[in-house]
Amino acid sequence: LPPVSETTFAGAIERALDQAMAEDERIVVFGEDAHLLRRNLLARHGPARVRQTPISESAFLGAAVGAAMSGLRPVVEIMLVDFVAVAFDALLNQAAKIEAFSGGRWKVPVVVRSACGAGYGDGGQHEQYLWGLLAGVPGLAVVAPSNPADAAGLMLSSIAHDGPVVYLEHKLLSDYWLDYMGRGGRTTVSFDVPEAGAVGEVPDRPLPVPLGVGATLREGSDLAIVSLGVAVHRCLAASGVLSQRGIEATVVDLRTVAPLDTQLIIDVAGRTGRVLVVDEDYMHFGLSGEIAAVLAEAGVDARFSRIGTPGTIPYARHLEDETLPSVDRIVDAAASLVGDSARVPAAGAGD
Amino acid sequence: MFLQMARMRYFERAIADLWDRGLISGEMHLGIGEEGIVAGVLSHLRDGDALALDHRSTPPLVGWGVDLRSMILEMLGSEDGLCRGWGGHMHLLSPEKLAASSGIVGAAGPMACGFALSAQQLRPNSVAVAFFGEGSMNQGMLMEAFNLAVVWKLPVVFVCKDNGWSITTRSGTVTGGDLAKRARSFGMPASQVNGTNVKSVCSAAERAVARAREGRGPSFIHASCHHPSGHFLGDPLLRLFKDPAGEAKAMSGPLIDATRQSDGASWGSRVSGLLGIGKTLVSMAAEQYVFSGDPLKVARDDLPKPTAKRLAQQAREEVNEAVESALNAVGVAAGV
Repeated sequence: LPPVSETTFAGAIERALDQAMAEDERIVVFGEDAHLLRRNLLARHGPARVRQTPISESAFLGAAVGAAMSGLRPVVEIMLVDFVAVAFDALLNQAAKIEAFSGGRWKVPVVVRSACGAGYGDGGQHEQYLWGLLAGVPGLAVVAPSNPADAAGLMLSSIAHDGPVVYLEHKLLSDYWLDYMGRGGRTTVSFDVPEAGAVGEVPDRPLPVPLGVGATLREGSDLAIVSLGVAVHRCLAASGVLSQRGIEATVVDLRTVAPLDTQLIIDVAGRTGRVLVVDEDYMHFGLSGEIAAVLAEAGVDARFSRIGTPGTIPYARHLEDETLPSVDRIVDAAASLVGDSARVPAAGAGD
Repeated sequence: MFLQMARMRYFERAIADLWDRGLISGEMHLGIGEEGIVAGVLSHLRDGDALALDHRSTPPLVGWGVDLRSMILEMLGSEDGLCRGWGGHMHLLSPEKLAASSGIVGAAGPMACGFALSAQQLRPNSVAVAFFGEGSMNQGMLMEAFNLAVVWKLPVVFVCKDNGWSITTRSGTVTGGDLAKRARSFGMPASQVNGTNVKSVCSAAERAVARAREGRGPSFIHASCHHPSGHFLGDPLLRLFKDPAGEAKAMSGPLIDATRQSDGASWGSRVSGLLGIGKTLVSMAAEQYVFSGDPLKVARDDLPKPTAKRLAQQAREEVNEAVESALNAVGVAAGV
């Protein structure tokens, strides 16, 4: 067995990036505050390959696209995915279009690394997910790992991919982001960080996790819960509660939004007959609706339900908690999806 | 103006305290050090004028007369807050007073142009002010806003608060040319002032606001300042400076490991990378030691001592009252 060691989510990403940079001189990293945030990569690979940028997202994301078209393989950092909006042209009209416009002859191997996600009370302009929006653009791949091993593996695959990939790093899982944005060195605040997502074993030489391949984390015959990101851990916790109530859930971590692992979704839906999508991103016109369409188009006979973020993410922690997918909401939605046919003991009804 | 500045300062300190206690969530970008710039500009504004603000919006909102208690309640996440708990400190909005803040760097520029366009058509002789940092001078939308304001002759005053840091990056290392010259090249007048001296700001702002009110178009004010509390509370650079032993220990292990890796960049290149990190830290440390330009102190020294004392006392009491009242309200609402 290859040697593994326990590392943080952020440490896993760095391990993969460091390994890839050591193997391929064409990989460059740039973004705001890169010399502080990526100081370890800077120390090993030097300032020509780890650059800090002005607060000029449209310029440096656009430049990353150009650099990717002309020989480099940039891993460009838009600090928070919310700020992609400032530079959206570079993704929507440039990176995503070049391959199609060139009849497949010109590739854009750029990775856009962005932190995403809520759960620390920073308000709806710094806590969005946007993976549904981004995945809706033909030509963009979008990944959102839920644990350190996948974080490393998906980073390797994102770098190796010959097209543009948006790599989303959840702030509840990435310790330094959570500290910068939420804790700020305080001991007086707390966050619901899923331990298995924030720290875990990662091969010393990480192995790629292919884009577009989901993982089944738990098998159960009553329903399939399909999710990704931090919500995966809420789903696993919920499935424990459901199990005590006699409901056995399959839990799927999609890992990649685009390309979507449609076959896995169709398979688990077919096996269980009930699908609950749990998505931290906006509920409407996004991933959950796409999954419903996939099932309908495949002619799968399955009951469908979804939990998503219904509107702008509120600042106040208690309002935010009500907005984001929680274990309680998942349990309730799953139980109601399974309905009368489930083996729900009467005691559970009063919860 | 000193009273306004003192209000702003006590308000920022009160926020910092509530944030430390974990009662305010998320990031906290304080405007301590910007009071001279803010008060100097606001002293020329009147009802009907509009403010487009950045992520350090509380000093201008305090100076603009937005209710202190409702802002505290907002930051505490109360449904009785200024934005009913939905906006928080980075997105404080007051439609009544035409004041809007945003957490997106540079967004104040286009917003101010819109406010100014409405002023041109609906509120003659009113103006819009945009407050932003020098980091946002590299943001395309702000540069586009400069041009739009000039070609539409919009009544905007663009106020650049320059503390020399773009988040935790030295602005000089990521900014080309001279900022006032850059603004002038769009075809508007630009003045450079010492932002720690409220009087200097005041006279520069007087000209800029008058020009806008008279329909002669936008101006740019470049004002220097210092943020003793860093980019945000818990700023990693400041923490490293304040607790070198603890923070550096956590940072240096991986750094040394990375530097010692046998493959990678040439040794010369690695050393220059490390020197870059070192230089950033040294310049942060140097500023912490040599900093003496506290706008509040400069303004206070211009007043007779008893007057300054009385005004500071008044400001402190107003802020304390607002904080206590807000905390009580939350306590009651939370059933504590």
